[in-house]
Amino acid sequence: MIPRTAKAAVGRRILDAFRAAGAVEVAPDILLPADTLLDLYGEDIRARAYLTTDPIRGEVVLRPDFTVPVVRMHMAGGAEPARYCYLGEVFRKQDHGDTRPDHPRDNEYLQAGFELFSRDPDADAEVFALFHTALAPCRLTATMGDMQLLLDAVAGLPLSGPRRAMLAHHIWRPRRFQRLLERFSAPETPRRFAINGAPWTGLRTEAEMLSRIARLETAAEGPPLPPEWHERLHRLFSVAGPAPAALDELRVLADHLPAIAPAVERLAARLAAIAARGIDPAQVRFDASHGRQTMEYYDGMTFSFTAEGRAGQGRTDWPPVASGGRYDALTRVLGAGAAIPAVGGIIRPGLVAELEGAEC
Amino acid sequence: MLKLGLPSKGRLMEQSFEWFCARGIRLSRAGSDREYAARAEGIDGLSLVLLSAGEIPRELAAGRIQLGVTGTDLVREKLAGWRSDVVELAPMGFGHADLVLAVPSCWRDCEGLDDFAAIARDFRAAHGFRLRIATKYHRLVRAFLSEHEVADYQLVDSQGATEGTVANLTAEAIADITSSGETLRANHLKILPDALIHASQATLLANRSAAATAPMQALLAHLGLAQPR
Repeated sequence: MIPRTAKAAVGRRILDAFRAAGAVEVAPDILLPADTLLDLYGEDIRARAYLTTDPIRGEVVLRPDFTVPVVRMHMAGGAEPARYCYLGEVFRKQDHGDTRPDHPRDNEYLQAGFELFSRDPDADAEVFALFHTALAPCRLTATMGDMQLLLDAVAGLPLSGPRRAMLAHHIWRPRRFQRLLERFSAPETPRRFAINGAPWTGLRTEAEMLSRIARLETAAEGPPLPPEWHERLHRLFSVAGPAPAALDELRVLADHLPAIAPAVERLAARLAAIAARGIDPAQVRFDASHGRQTMEYYDGMTFSFTAEGRAGQGRTDWPPVASGGRYDALTRVLGAGAAIPAVGGIIRPGLVAELEGAEC
Repeated sequence: MLKLGLPSKGRLMEQSFEWFCARGIRLSRAGSDREYAARAEGIDGLSLVLLSAGEIPRELAAGRIQLGVTGTDLVREKLAGWRSDVVELAPMGFGHADLVLAVPSCWRDCEGLDDFAAIARDFRAAHGFRLRIATKYHRLVRAFLSEHEVADYQLVDSQGATEGTVANLTAEAIADITSSGETLRANHLKILPDALIHASQATLLANRSAAATAPMQALLAHLGLAQPR
């Protein structure tokens, strides 16, 4: 067991590195209003966060992550560009399935984070390189993804606007996404809905239903998606390997998926910027689908640092030691009309301390 | 001494009595039918306690009773990681109830879970909040919808008269237990055919660590039940 004090010491060391990179330390509340988080994450957060009630503030939640409070604080009047860092506990319920695991995951742990609000195109590389350098002694596997690549590919499909929007909405839900893609790849069969005598009940209006029925009964969404697009999308989703090789593969794919070309060139620029900061891109794994397993708010670069295959401290399955990404859209959702490009991430000092105790 | 917990009220208790009686164990209330004391005859070393059906999972998991009868829905809803604490010995063939997802019958365009997911997304865009599902089975419903990758909804707690929440505009859909579906129909709701969340029935359960003991084995042999794995 690594004592809590040793984990906190590692956290302060990481925080010092973040401060040295120009960040201002902030300390968001531990009790956060629940409504914003519930609306943003939906039921996932209720399954994972500790909710409680306050007689005056209503439903509140024990901080499940720092990004939302830091973004809200910045959107309420931060200067630009801004770099913030923080160190503190987050709290996560671990609701296991039918059987309790032998080594349950932690319910509370430290996060040391860094968030950068900036319009500088180099911001992704700055954050990635900062995390890479801070974690270098731990010899972790660095994996990068890019949600913009996938979202642009979907936006470039020869499908109607509503169908593209539906696919983009479900990109984080692989089976639903796949079912939709298959449905859109087949000729559209008009559906018929029998009239029934049921009285109208509930808040959803009849007009809402009739407009959906009109869409489905007229089958006016246009021709099916030609099979080669399905195939191209799959090739894109399965691009994974050392970043330079993945980039080559993406450039070839961009000939057939022209919509991704700008994002591919941004990735190329990001990898060059990372190399300029002394990191060998060949040591970074690029996985196009990486962001599909992360928080839904990431809409650009995503990254994680993992300790795959490492033993020690009774652990065999290490959760990611660090993770982060770009979340421009989140600033728009929380910014009440304003928006600013933002990228950041967290390191779990407790896991770093365990790894150091084990070997690194 | 093994302690058996039975639901204290109504049909579930009577049918449990009948189930044990058919297997040579006579259970009965000790005094008047308002008294919660009870006794077991026809076998040694078994005592009977009457409890609320909803408390039986917790009492079993804690080991304060070694055997219990309740619905599998309550076990799964109330005990996170239930398999680590209790074992199902035998389904008892009564107390059947399905946990279902139901929407207004007037939603002609909602014929299954895929329609439901699409409607939830449209609803959120039109109304600015997530479509509300009223239920008291939070964990089961959330796990089911997560497994089926339905997003854009939220659960609202309803501990009773759940079928009325849609007409009261406090929910757009409900997830509740039904046996005949009659209350749903009376409230102008219909069951989504591909959204059976859990099919429950009264089940004889044992505390996991008590399941391997000699008195338990003797009782199982008496009841003609296989040893649990």
